[in-house]
Amino acid sequence: MIRTTVGGRAMKVIESKGVHYRELNREIRRLVAAGEDRLLLRGVNGQRYIGAGLRGTARLEIEGTAGNNLGAMMNGLSIYVHGNVQDGAGNTMSGGEIVVRGSAGDITGYAMRGGKILIQGNAGWRVGIHMKSREDQQAVLLIGGKAGDFLGEYMAGGTIVVLGLDIPLQQEREGANPLIGNYLASGMHGGTIYIRGRIPAWQIRGQVQSELTTPEESPQLRSWIEHFAAGLNLDCSALSREIFTYLTPQGARPYAHLYDHSA
Amino acid sequence: MPRSLILPEFLVHRDEGRCTKCKACIRQCGFGVHAEEPDGRISANEQRCVNCQRCVVMCPVSALKVTANKEIGRENAYWSAERLREIWRQAESGGAILTSMGCDRNYPVYFDHLLLNASQVTNPSIDPLREPMEIRTFLGRKPEKLSIAGPPGEERLAGPLPPGVRLEMPVMFAAMSFGSISKNTVLALAKAAKQMGIMFNTGEGGMNPALGPFWDHMIVQVASGRFGVDSAYLEAGRIIEIKIGQGAKPGIGGHLPGEKVNEEIARTRGIPTGADAISPAPHHDIYSIEDLRQLIYTLKEATDYQKPVAVKIAAVHNVAAIASGIVRAGADIVVLDGLRGGTGAAPKMIRDHIGLPVELAIAVVDRRLREEGLREQVSLVAGGGIRSSADLLKVICLGADAAYLGTAALLALGCHLCQRCYTGKCSWGIATQDPSLTKRVDPEAGAERLVNLLTAWQHEIKEFMGAMGINALESLRGNRLQLRGVGLPQNELDQLGVKQAGEAM
Repeated sequence: MIRTTVGGRAMKVIESKGVHYRELNREIRRLVAAGEDRLLLRGVNGQRYIGAGLRGTARLEIEGTAGNNLGAMMNGLSIYVHGNVQDGAGNTMSGGEIVVRGSAGDITGYAMRGGKILIQGNAGWRVGIHMKSREDQQAVLLIGGKAGDFLGEYMAGGTIVVLGLDIPLQQEREGANPLIGNYLASGMHGGTIYIRGRIPAWQIRGQVQSELTTPEESPQLRSWIEHFAAGLNLDCSALSREIFTYLTPQGARPYAHLYDHSA
Repeated sequence: MPRSLILPEFLVHRDEGRCTKCKACIRQCGFGVHAEEPDGRISANEQRCVNCQRCVVMCPVSALKVTANKEIGRENAYWSAERLREIWRQAESGGAILTSMGCDRNYPVYFDHLLLNASQVTNPSIDPLREPMEIRTFLGRKPEKLSIAGPPGEERLAGPLPPGVRLEMPVMFAAMSFGSISKNTVLALAKAAKQMGIMFNTGEGGMNPALGPFWDHMIVQVASGRFGVDSAYLEAGRIIEIKIGQGAKPGIGGHLPGEKVNEEIARTRGIPTGADAISPAPHHDIYSIEDLRQLIYTLKEATDYQKPVAVKIAAVHNVAAIASGIVRAGADIVVLDGLRGGTGAAPKMIRDHIGLPVELAIAVVDRRLREEGLREQVSLVAGGGIRSSADLLKVICLGADAAYLGTAALLALGCHLCQRCYTGKCSWGIATQDPSLTKRVDPEAGAERLVNLLTAWQHEIKEFMGAMGINALESLRGNRLQLRGVGLPQNELDQLGVKQAGEAM
């Protein structure tokens, strides 16, 4: 075990190259339980389940590519990844923050019920499915690039923002918005989704209503963009007058009409 | 609104000579059937009656009788009254018909075509009143081999065993969520489980704080909606069960309707009050056996490998291959929920037309896992329609380690199988959140009824085992020699792995 100093603060360093996930995670769990509050994982290359189920306030920095289900079911850690993450980052997490300098894979933030995920690059398919919220817990997923199909499917609460930084938008009204794929927000029955640019009606599945806004008009959207910029140390001020589409559910019971509930 | 063409399904007969107009029926009915007319008569709106028998049982002077209304048209062996009603209902509502509890159709019941064995003369039966009978069982992964270390005389296991859970008898209460059933009902199940040394299951309802004293007997479920799943929930349960499917609705998701999601249910599930609690059909992070393995290991990592992870599936045609994959994916317990498994709400067509009887499912999975050398590594739990200690023993002989009881447990609490749980109006106070109804199940008295049921079954199990000359449940698991089939064709006997009655050992 060595210690290093990053940004003037001491961190414990775990050399992760070639270490099996089970061993690596056992070591992280042991150190966090022992009260270590800053860990640097060097040479991570696809190890799965890092930080899964952990609680507390420790900060994990990861150099390399984190494997599937990073921070799954965790509640409270702060994870910063200097690189990409594979599938399932923040799966069913209930608190804490995951910040990714690169891109994220499929099912990022699946069923997350609290905490925040910030992705500087793109996110894959099935992202933010079934996110939830309560008064005291709000799941937030901020994506700097674009996202794939099924974004926000079955969304029950929380917030998704897709910024599309440096991605040129279509000028024609009926042209596809390149920041999203197919089946956007199908079955959405709670929460809010903000997508930069206009979205033609054919790209939106029923069940939601869409309106236009700008960060200047919407303090909520502005605060998420500011949070994103601060978390990743980026300048997002150019977005302030950009048009965003925001989606909210038409009702909290999207499928009630499909069934005969009579006795 | 146009007049409904559907005649009432049930008829309420009131013996006016006996009726004292005490109005107990009005108070007891959760569906609002009985009412007092301005002239003092008590009337019955039969359109609302679901034949739950609550008023009949509670009438202090036995003045009431509820019967099926069979007179809805010319008798027709093909177009039954039930089919006619379904079509008329759908013609009026345009919706998929909902129902509750398990499939009630007249498919073959293999339990009723299997007979157990007994000892006579050549190998003596055992008197369970005199000799100990081992009916405990342990759920969890079994190591492929045990290593012993230490000097002679002080040998010990070389390493830790995988986590396991001891059951004092081979039954558990099946997953029934707070939401589908009332909090009092959940508490009755939890108390009885603790007293009997068995387990109950939260279903997808999350963990109510009132369950704190029962954590040691709690299975926590992780289903596709992930309601209530957080690190505290996972740490509280003794077993974590990934629910892939349910016998009553294989392959489809579930909706707890918004009107049932009151403040307490919303808090327990971690969702807003009044919103539908939607469980999608698949887990969207599981599209393959490899993905399932990742969820299993996520849960193991999240709980530091301290708890067995179970995977529950609905029994379907390819169940043997699927179960094999589940074992290879790292599950410690495989749960097979059969065709007769109950539910709080399911589309009727799905409930009644998809699935596999649990007897066949357990038999073919047990055989497949044996053939592949996997059976001894995992526990196999049967669910879906276990009605008696005899059914329980038969399913153990077909290969199960233990069985889940859902419907039987609710029957013990007063359920009369009216199949209207989805309405939330349960007059027996079980499948409802209406405070005026839920108080009808007292957690203490309910637990006592459940304990009585299981105590009776325990005694019956011991008598069965004694009769067979077997004194440990271990010797019964997968012991098909103790079973014989009656009235089954050869191919069904082959699937069950059971000989024809009359054939000797």
